[in-house]
Amino acid sequence: MNDRDRNAPSGPPSEADDDQQSTAVSDAAELRDRRADDVVRRKRQDSVRSAIKTELSEDEADAEPRPRAEDPGALEGAVIELERVYLAFDRPILEDVSFAAFPGETLVIVGESGTGKSTTLKLILRLLQPDSGRVYVNGKDIAGLSFTEALAVRQGMGMVFQSAALFDSMTVFENVAYPLREHTDLDEDAIEARVREKLAFVDLEPDEVMEKLPAELSGGMKKRVGIARGMANNAQIMLYDEPTSGLDPLTTATITRLIMKLQRELNVTSVVVSHDIRSAFRMGTHIALLAERCIRFFGTPEEMTGSDDRYIRDFLGGF
Amino acid sequence: MVNSPISRRHGPCPLRRKYAAGITPVHALNFLPPILDRLNDAAKRKVLALQDYFILAWNALRFIFARPFYGGDLVQQMDAIGVQSLGIVLLTGFFTGMVLALQSAVQLQTFGASMYMGRLVSASMIRELGPVLAGLMVAGRVGSGIAAQLGSMKVTEQIDALNTLGTDPIKKLVTPRVLAALIMLPVLTIINDCVGIVGGNLIAQFYLDVPSSLYWRTVWEQVASDGFVLRFIPNDFVQGLSKPFVFGGLISITACYFGLNTTGGTEGVGISTTRTVVTSSILILVLDYFLTQILLSVLVAP
Repeated sequence: MNDRDRNAPSGPPSEADDDQQSTAVSDAAELRDRRADDVVRRKRQDSVRSAIKTELSEDEADAEPRPRAEDPGALEGAVIELERVYLAFDRPILEDVSFAAFPGETLVIVGESGTGKSTTLKLILRLLQPDSGRVYVNGKDIAGLSFTEALAVRQGMGMVFQSAALFDSMTVFENVAYPLREHTDLDEDAIEARVREKLAFVDLEPDEVMEKLPAELSGGMKKRVGIARGMANNAQIMLYDEPTSGLDPLTTATITRLIMKLQRELNVTSVVVSHDIRSAFRMGTHIALLAERCIRFFGTPEEMTGSDDRYIRDFLGGF
Repeated sequence: MVNSPISRRHGPCPLRRKYAAGITPVHALNFLPPILDRLNDAAKRKVLALQDYFILAWNALRFIFARPFYGGDLVQQMDAIGVQSLGIVLLTGFFTGMVLALQSAVQLQTFGASMYMGRLVSASMIRELGPVLAGLMVAGRVGSGIAAQLGSMKVTEQIDALNTLGTDPIKKLVTPRVLAALIMLPVLTIINDCVGIVGGNLIAQFYLDVPSSLYWRTVWEQVASDGFVLRFIPNDFVQGLSKPFVFGGLISITACYFGLNTTGGTEGVGISTTRTVVTSSILILVLDYFLTQILLSVLVAP
């Protein structure tokens, strides 16, 4: 794997830059207006960046040290790795996407809507197969697995969906117990004990929620039950699709803390798809920015805030 | 970020890169005129849908014999498809039998053949009306329910959740429904036939003054007159019970197919439900003709 081309991108000019150059006009009035707009935008982006940095520094103060990645050349230890993945449906979705997540890391994938973030999660789960390229989970290429083999691989992963995707005909207990009943030989007492443990881990009172149906839960509680179900099998890989979307700021903070808790206490490797840049910066050890069908940026939150890339500055400025 | 050691984990990202060489273009026949291109695409989609339908049917039937068995789900579906459809099937069968007797009465009286009322009603109900009406009722009540249920699960990502939890959705959701329909539709048809013949008996007795004993004797004569399979199974029964078996599979697989292929939120669920009922109903009527042709040629009367 080491012989792969991992040269850093040479930083080609963005489309916006090209457009700006090509549309450079001699009209002095238009130029003045544009410069004024740039100044306003730059000020706004600076203020957002400083706010994010402040929040980061506050988080760092009360947080345990985050596990850092291994030697970047040593991809052998990667838990999840995408290598030069291409995928198209009726149009290209992903082009030459490569990234890796190491044990205990939380990789947050951000990007505009429709850039293939959720699709990337489906590739990791082998719900989709890439047109070309490889997807490794725990060092095993899952792209070529049969459907049945893929089911076995998925049992080692937990997935939390945007809508929580709890089975609405089952109670909370049955939802969390589902993977245990399906894939383990645990007796009912052991299953109940495990369900209680997982519900307590996600800050839910087992006796209060176990017999409720998903329709009786709030959005935040559904997400937490979804996380409990995902980790019921003691999964070492957790995938989250928009875990904080549609939640109020307090619940968003709760879910974010929960994901961080999973990482710190259980050393779970997580891949999170999110639009919420503040949560992404709080929970992520690394951020991947998907744009124009490929990874435009990959690095730590600090590196992202310090980036001079025009697109990244615009992207952060939009929040 | 460019010089960050961590950023070396991902590959280069040149914008507007041409799509990877060697990957099949989506529209391989772009040289065709637009109208032909669209027709070509539409035809390919239909063929692909048909292929998916048969693959789903094959997998659903194959998984009947594969572990794990979802016995609880099977019983639940047998209840939903069979027991809960009993009311509608009883009503339909009873009134159909009465109407059939009522309409036939005028013609039979003209020829002085009222005593054959039992033969007419039983032949019609057992061979045709029972299976078809039960099928149509189940398609309307159960097929739409299955499509709506699976469609809702699809749009709320519950199907994906099953997949991620390591469960095959076809094995868990489709096979129990198909098996339940295969078992319960013949049962419903038998009930429908019986109730229809009883309804005919009421009209024969009170409208045509045909004695009940004569009515039931002619019913049996009709059943026995068309010969037997394996010496003791009346041909009428074979004909009347092989059809609902096929219809049961057809309804459940069609409903599951449209349900699992639902897209577009709640509106998509509505569309899937409608398509299930329309497609199942049409297929039942069309298939009934061909099944009758086949069965009549196979089950030759002595």
